[in-house]
Amino acid sequence: MGERAREGLRAYRLIAAMWMRSTMMYRTSFALTMAGNLLVTGLDFATILLMFSRVDSLGGWSLPEVAFLYGLSATAFGFADLVLGSMDVLGTRIRDGSFDMLLVRPAPVLAQIGADHFALRRLGRVVQGAVVLGWALVSAGIDWTPAKVLLVPLMLGAGAAIFCALFVAGAAFQFLAQDAAEVQNSFTYGGTTLLQYPPTVFGKDFVRGVTFLLPLAFVNWVPAAYVLGRPYPLRLPAWAAWSPPLVAVVCCALAGLAWRAGLRAYRSTGS
Amino acid sequence: MSDTSDGTGRASHPAGEVFIEVDEVEKVFEVRRKTGFLKRERRQVRAVDALSFTVARGEMVGYIGPNGAGKSTTIKMLTGILTPSGGRLRVAGIDPARERTRLAHRIGVVFGQRTTLWWDLPLIDSYRLTHRMYRIPDARYRENLDRLVELLSLESLLDVPVRQLSLGQRMRGDIVAALLHDPDVLYLDEPTIGLDVISKAKVRDFLRELNTERGTTVLLTTHDLQDIEQLCSRVMVIDHGRLVYDGPLAGLHEVGESERTLVVDLERELPPIDMGASARVVKVEGPRQWLAFPASESAAPLVARIAAEYPLLDLSVREPDIETVIAAMLYPTGDTPRPPSERTTA
Repeated sequence: MGERAREGLRAYRLIAAMWMRSTMMYRTSFALTMAGNLLVTGLDFATILLMFSRVDSLGGWSLPEVAFLYGLSATAFGFADLVLGSMDVLGTRIRDGSFDMLLVRPAPVLAQIGADHFALRRLGRVVQGAVVLGWALVSAGIDWTPAKVLLVPLMLGAGAAIFCALFVAGAAFQFLAQDAAEVQNSFTYGGTTLLQYPPTVFGKDFVRGVTFLLPLAFVNWVPAAYVLGRPYPLRLPAWAAWSPPLVAVVCCALAGLAWRAGLRAYRSTGS
Repeated sequence: MSDTSDGTGRASHPAGEVFIEVDEVEKVFEVRRKTGFLKRERRQVRAVDALSFTVARGEMVGYIGPNGAGKSTTIKMLTGILTPSGGRLRVAGIDPARERTRLAHRIGVVFGQRTTLWWDLPLIDSYRLTHRMYRIPDARYRENLDRLVELLSLESLLDVPVRQLSLGQRMRGDIVAALLHDPDVLYLDEPTIGLDVISKAKVRDFLRELNTERGTTVLLTTHDLQDIEQLCSRVMVIDHGRLVYDGPLAGLHEVGESERTLVVDLERELPPIDMGASARVVKVEGPRQWLAFPASESAAPLVARIAAEYPLLDLSVREPDIETVIAAMLYPTGDTPRPPSERTTA
């Protein structure tokens, strides 16, 4: 298992480096898309700022607190998007037959398709999220304890892992339905937008559904409530704040199984 | 070809060790079709049906058949892309479906209509990636690269972005990429499709050399009968997922009674050329006449006779296309299709 993971990471690095070199063949285009990317993700947070120019709090959460939610979610998602964001090309690769060429190479297919169309411009979202998060950490008036200091990077790591798992699961789904790229995007991109708002602005049943059906809430709301010293969105026990790593491991395991099942289905049907 | 083929693929090859082993392999696809709003009809398609053959190390085999006959399904099973639904399959002693990555080090694959080269990067970059991904020892990589690039005359193109290469150059580039890691077997899917005459000749010369000098086993699918004629001592024909012929190309012509065409330009309009039983005129258009003669026979005596008896200006020989040969073999005129097992190619 460790051997395969090492092989996978190696293949990922090799292929991602090729895509970066390819992008650098068109420097102007790269600079423009990078700038555009920063601008669009920047506007994203601007909408929240705009809202706060009208109201003092959103569902009882202040601007720095919302910024904390936003920054965590955007950074975690940005990282996953940077690493695996192009996995939706799998459907295209299957349709045009180029996916077969990945199967005759001596490297794990997941790593090959994960690194496919690797785009450094996606770093923009990570940078922007990190800036907002940094500002929020300073100005949200957090009552810092060692536990909270430990929890923030843990949330980021677990969050990124959960989003990665969603990308992989979404890609696995494309083996079955090759036009599923849109379904996947509604889960991942839709998910990150949702998490940038405090849970109390949404209906209770909806929040319960999100908490238990999709583990996305663990990326943000529950541990964020703990860090900010606020009551939990649902009446969850105190230790729930520490569940993200566990949830992340479970998500990754499930995504791995889904991927293997998808790949097996492909290799037995050829479509 | 000294072996005895009985047309079912169970030919014995005493010359070398068995390298590819296909035994009663089948591949069944389940096709779902929308028949109503939510109703779906399930249908089973047998793409490969009880297919059996062996290929010895160092053989060069042409694998042909009509579109949808099961050619690419077979290649995909041999390369580990697809898992067979039944039967036994071994390449270099490896079960392709189970040990895909281990097999990858032993095989080279070129799909003619799909490049694996990096479009925007100089050709050499694709080779560097292969070097590292296959963990080819530095000395061997250098040696192989120099040799292959020289043989396929790509020296001046290594620093050119792949998107600027012509189709023929790209195909040669792809062949280099597939051979850098010294594979034991090379699968080629339509290696000469869309290439000009010179590129075709280069590719064929190279493949012949690769096979004789390095002993690389080659399995190629093609629509170009000349590929087979110039390269393969053995040809396998697949139709409806079954092997219907396995033997030398000449035998295929005999079985199918296929014909080549001699296009003759005479000095002036003349009545149809009379060559007795050895050829018949199929078309006359002014001074130009078309003569059909058995593909299994040499054109030389015929040409000599025409040149001696008629005022000849120019002539050319046209090969029958592969579909015609196969169709002629499968459904001989005036003959009801016989089961393939009854055919002999002795």
